[in-house]
Amino acid sequence: MKYVDEFRASPAAAPLRARLGRLGEALSARPGTVNIMEICGSHTMAAARYGLRDLLPPRVRLISGPGCPVCVTPPGYVDAAIELAGRGVTIATFGDMLQVPGSSSSLAQARAAGARIEVCYSPRRALELAAAEPAREVVFLAIGFETTIAPVASLVDLAARERVANLSLLVSFKLVPPALRAVLADPDLSIDAFLCPGHVSAITGTAVYEPFARDRGKPCVIAGFEPLDILFGLCGILAQLAEGRAAVENLYRRAARDAGNPIARAVMERFLRPAAAYWRGIGVLPESGLVLRDEFAAYDAEKRFGLKVGAGREYPGCMCGDVIKGKRLPAQCPLFAKRCTPADPVGPCMVSAEGSCAASYKYERKGGR
Amino acid sequence: MCLAIPMRIDEIRADGTGVADLDGVAREVALSLIADPRVGDYVIVHAGYAIEKLDRQEADERLALFREIAAAWEARPHEVR
Ligand code: SF4
Repeated sequence: MKYVDEFRASPAAAPLRARLGRLGEALSARPGTVNIMEICGSHTMAAARYGLRDLLPPRVRLISGPGCPVCVTPPGYVDAAIELAGRGVTIATFGDMLQVPGSSSSLAQARAAGARIEVCYSPRRALELAAAEPAREVVFLAIGFETTIAPVASLVDLAARERVANLSLLVSFKLVPPALRAVLADPDLSIDAFLCPGHVSAITGTAVYEPFARDRGKPCVIAGFEPLDILFGLCGILAQLAEGRAAVENLYRRAARDAGNPIARAVMERFLRPAAAYWRGIGVLPESGLVLRDEFAAYDAEKRFGLKVGAGREYPGCMCGDVIKGKRLPAQCPLFAKRCTPADPVGPCMVSAEGSCAASYKYERKGGR
Repeated sequence: MCLAIPMRIDEIRADGTGVADLDGVAREVALSLIADPRVGDYVIVHAGYAIEKLDRQEADERLALFREIAAAWEARPHEVR
């Protein structure tokens, strides 16, 4: 793939590793571990897949934070979708949501029991489904971070323009900066720097990270998703720490402009407003989500069907909450690879390919490769 | 779910959507979220939408930098900074 392969297989990996090692030595006078947090499912997956944690200098840790949108979605959301399906509504969803356990079952189980659940690669597929069957309600499961929000919010525009009246969204959008604030506020976690998500940043731009660098002294480095991008990003972070600096640095300019994508942000602004949101493992964070503005209430599945999404019930013993916050490694969960596997997951972190437990199961388990 | 990959725009249709190439496979891509899309542009595609143009000059410069780092390393592995 053009502009992918070149960032994957390159003789530059060895010197970048060596650079990391030298920067690690420069940091060795610092007490304790250096904790770098990434907040992006694709970084989680790439770090596990390419064994990047093995390349880190001693005492430097790369922690996976709340970057997997499926994982932070509470079981109550899945319950609400299943409830709608039970009322004869077609549920249109990204594939990742299918296996996510609700309080008592998953959408996949509901589908096996006869519910209409359609997997969509693009939200526009939901519009086609609705247009094809005007007598049937279609609800799109609108989850995701900044990267996904504008494409999904565009559905409202399309539905209005094409006069499709039987389509609505079950909204549980989340924003990355409030999650970073929550992680920093947690006394059990001591995060020294953030490896910032490239494609979220492509939308938001660099400004949203400024308070973390300027006021909190945490280096924020935006990196792409190929192994070289991540190594380069980690070098950037360690270099800042070694120099005692904290700045926002964009090392992914090929896709993320410093100003972000103003068109995408205008779409978000037009249809959505900030609201409190419930995060699995973190709880309710003020202004950490986006919901449809009142003018677009007709497209809001919760209002349309008189439904209230609750928190739901998590599987007893599942430690996804701690895993999502970076407090625990997947292998530290007693259910990991025993009761809980990708074939029979009990928590969302084992479902999504971008979840820490799934990534760890697939690539980091002893003898698991 | 967050997967977003670079594709080349091969065609822009009258309705504003595009057809992009991903390793020889044609894919439909919505172009409403980027400014001034052109045939031949590389775009980052997520959930069927181009969310940003790929800046080829930036990409090529970064690749050149990586090549430089690699060449310097091969010549003198212990002096590379
Ligand atoms: S291994 Fe399974 S049960 Fe344990 S935290 Fe991960 S998803 Fe939850």
